[in-house]
Amino acid sequence: MQGHKTPLYDIHRMSGAKIIEFGGWLMPVQYTAILEEHRAVRERAGLFDVSHMGEIKITGRQAEQLINHLITNDVAKIAINQVLYSPMCYPAGGTVDDLLVYRLALDEYVLVVNAGNIDKDFAWITEQAAGYAAQVKNISDKVAQLAIQGPKAERILQKLTLTNLAAVRYYWLQRDVSINGTSCLISRTGYTGEDGFEIYCNANEASSLWNAVMEAGEPEGLVPAGLGARDTLRFEAGLPLYGHELSEDISPLEAGLGMFVKLDKESFIGQEALRKSKDYGLARKIAGVEMIGKGIARAGYACKQDDRQVGTVTSGSYAPTLDKNLALALIEADLAVPETKLAVDIRGKLVEAIIIKKPFYKRRME
Amino acid sequence: MNIPENLRFTKDHEWVRVEGTRAIVGITDFAQSELGDVVFVELPVIGKILSAHENLAVIESVKAVSDIFAPVAGTVIKANEALSDAPETINQDPYDKGWIAEIEMTDPAAAGSLLSASEYKAMIKEGD
Repeated sequence: MQGHKTPLYDIHRMSGAKIIEFGGWLMPVQYTAILEEHRAVRERAGLFDVSHMGEIKITGRQAEQLINHLITNDVAKIAINQVLYSPMCYPAGGTVDDLLVYRLALDEYVLVVNAGNIDKDFAWITEQAAGYAAQVKNISDKVAQLAIQGPKAERILQKLTLTNLAAVRYYWLQRDVSINGTSCLISRTGYTGEDGFEIYCNANEASSLWNAVMEAGEPEGLVPAGLGARDTLRFEAGLPLYGHELSEDISPLEAGLGMFVKLDKESFIGQEALRKSKDYGLARKIAGVEMIGKGIARAGYACKQDDRQVGTVTSGSYAPTLDKNLALALIEADLAVPETKLAVDIRGKLVEAIIIKKPFYKRRME
Repeated sequence: MNIPENLRFTKDHEWVRVEGTRAIVGITDFAQSELGDVVFVELPVIGKILSAHENLAVIESVKAVSDIFAPVAGTVIKANEALSDAPETINQDPYDKGWIAEIEMTDPAAAGSLLSASEYKAMIKEGD
């Protein structure tokens, strides 16, 4: 197996994790079992190595204008130390990537992008930056990222820092947070549907930070969690995965991310195409699907109605928290309505299914 | 890794327990551990006639879909219906309660050409 290794690769190997290749990276898919890690994150807490994610720094007088030209959401609306989720589109409305924008200063931003898209995004952003007074730098190799997720995340992390974590609100960040003596940038964000933090530090300090957090979390039942659980957790929470619910061929509007597409802001790439598709009415949409018959719908399987293909499954899995076989599918928009009956072609067999609301899982807010 | 001496094995990690002209089939401890949590099993239809290496069942873990092949030719006479409600039995007890199907063999002698426990053990080691 070949691929990039995160700074924590040796720790994963020593702990007996199963390693897979994902987006060009050798990553732990599970440490013990996906279902166990999934449950731990929903009930207690899990620690993820997400150092494969990319970080692209954009600085300069026109950094904000450049970013707003690139993304569909509006970065001018967030304050310094706030985080923004946004798709980034091609002129035709398809999706380059979905990402987080960290606003560190009026002229300093970090874009956190998907691992498999780092080179593509960096090239795209650099190309678009021509003519802007802004510098674009790929700092991915210098940065490690851990994610601690779950209802006990704050309590565990608080043991290692004097910073009052309760004051860090959802989708806000704080710089220069000392965690067990390591200087980190933290944000109250995540990809699991649970409360938690994403923690950025220098790559060479990642191992000691990982070990410190694991040790601090032992009394609370913190477990290391792999990409397998990360996928089932994000799937239940209805969060899109690039290459599945979003792609060069799937626009953020089709993915149901309309609230992150600000058509009325200043001009941005894809604006015209997205506005047109909204005005004409979308032809297809990502919908939630529950299997009624026996079987698991997997990505790529056809959705049918009376033998006519009406869509394609984009992600499908056993959903551990709900104990159901569920799927997300890109289907004809007029069928993307809860209670609509359809069938999924599972290895040549038509299995009964029904459209349901997404997200499948929403945590109870305290 | 548990590899019972009284069973026969295939390169695809199925096990076979021969009882007269019948072969009881499942997947090995190694296979279940590689697959991870089994969440769905598609069982064969009773009466289905299979040649060796033909598709017998499908096992799905959280991440993957895996075909299970018939180790020997014959007719499916039983399927482990308990797996429909408790697919995790394959993880918990792969050699006993986690059996998948019973086949009435066309040629009972054919089971003799399957791998012995020591041959299967050597094969897994090589793959490491």
